Amino acid sequence: MSVLAQQLVLGLLIGGLYGLAAAGLSLVFGVMKVLDVAHGELIMLGGYMAFFVVALVGLDPFVSLLVVIPLSLLLGLALYWGLFGFVVRADEETRVKNSLLIGFGLALALHALAVLLWTADERSIITPYGGTVLSVGDLSIPVVRLVSLGVAFALIGGLHLLLARWRWGKAIRATAEDWQAALLTGIDVRRAYLLAFAIGTGLAGAAGTLVTVGYSVSPSIGLEWTLKALIVVVLAGLGSMIGTFVGGLLLGVAEAASAAAFGGPYREVVGLVIFVIVLVVRPRGLFGR
Amino acid sequence: MLEIRDLDAAYGDIRVLTGVTLSVGPGEIVALLGPNGAGKSTLLNSIAGLLRPRAGAVRFEGEDLGRLHAHLIVDRGVALVPEGRRLFGGMSVEDNLELGAFAARARPTRAAGFERVYALFPDLRDRRRQLVRALSGGQQQMVAVGRALMTNPKLLMLDEPSLGIAPRLVRSIMESLAEINRGGVAVFLVEQNVQAALGLAHRAYVLESGRIALQGGAAELLSDPHVRRAYLGPLAVRP
Repeated sequence: MSVLAQQLVLGLLIGGLYGLAAAGLSLVFGVMKVLDVAHGELIMLGGYMAFFVVALVGLDPFVSLLVVIPLSLLLGLALYWGLFGFVVRADEETRVKNSLLIGFGLALALHALAVLLWTADERSIITPYGGTVLSVGDLSIPVVRLVSLGVAFALIGGLHLLLARWRWGKAIRATAEDWQAALLTGIDVRRAYLLAFAIGTGLAGAAGTLVTVGYSVSPSIGLEWTLKALIVVVLAGLGSMIGTFVGGLLLGVAEAASAAAFGGPYREVVGLVIFVIVLVVRPRGLFGR
Repeated sequence: MLEIRDLDAAYGDIRVLTGVTLSVGPGEIVALLGPNGAGKSTLLNSIAGLLRPRAGAVRFEGEDLGRLHAHLIVDRGVALVPEGRRLFGGMSVEDNLELGAFAARARPTRAAGFERVYALFPDLRDRRRQLVRALSGGQQQMVAVGRALMTNPKLLMLDEPSLGIAPRLVRSIMESLAEINRGGVAVFLVEQNVQAALGLAHRAYVLESGRIALQGGAAELLSDPHVRRAYLGPLAVRP
């Protein structure tokens, strides 16, 4: 029993990262109708940024977020100006197709670049408190992962407030609902796209940092994280960041439960099963509008 | 104020408007009538910048709107209440109205804009925290007009504001348009409800198959045999 509970707790902890990883993808897809399949690679890049900021500057990994998130925002701006800004000029059907092509190309390029620059080795950020474990009854909770969950939740909460209160946050939501109506209220929707993409990339950077602290980073983690994020986006639906986060937690717990019930290899299968079931039964997702 | 000359518009290969010429002067209420598919919405979308004209000119206060992005056309003082209202259903009434004041020209008048809209539609003040999709059709139309009014327009264009709302509310919407017009805003109104539109407008154009078929004063058109036969039906009562 306690083994199962321990598994579920670990699932919950990684689920927070799934939620954070999915939030950026969901924002970009919801607003731009562009499916950025290189999202996982952006997470990977964020992980390396954090790794080097910690290794070279000596910052605490959680403090390094203050560097990694702005850098990722800038990366997002550059990618929008260089690549995705051209995609949104097409009509919506063409957009998804073109963005898939661009996204796959970008994913391959970033992966190759990362191998070239940093080799294919796995790296992780080692902290003095890395091995600290909180014991609650029979359960052992790794402190780093617990803090990561808290940070992920705080970031999602911050994003939620940003979208709810900020002038451009409302403009982003309006653009997601109906971009033509947004134009008619005087919103420059291209700028809303730009902001959404930059914020999405910033979130990917934050997710990458937390992944590298709690787990590890290597050039090939991108695809796995893109898949997890996609599953969560389908599970949770578009339109609510809090819903996306909850979706991430659910996926983490479901994976842990199936690993405990059927054995480790089934961890990856459960997400895909959920993916298909949700698409068939409730295509707009659990919390989607 | 609004001058359209020889406008052609098309969706892909499908030509919708051919050589449309019309104008709306300051302080005027002008109606655009015509059957479904005549190209009325296309004309409004071309003015608002949602569709690029193929040929011809759309000028507002002397400036060529054909070169401007849609959000900048709003900033010049041209607002459109689109067909089907196109509100942000997941947001509150207040947020919808606030987004109307997004353009630079509207930001200084934001507070006054809220007062103006709530004075015009007192219902909305009580419902300002409600989600728009929970409102009735008539109330949603009020939000749509209010959102456009928040842009502080010089010219307010409306695409079928009476569509899908109760007849009693149609009159109230038309009255509010007259009220808005008395405040100095020119109104360009596309309507299927010919009686209501001509009751309100000073002048009107009739668009058929993408061309202006007829134009004139509202009273004149109301008694025109073709208009009566085509748009008011055989039972229409002579005014």
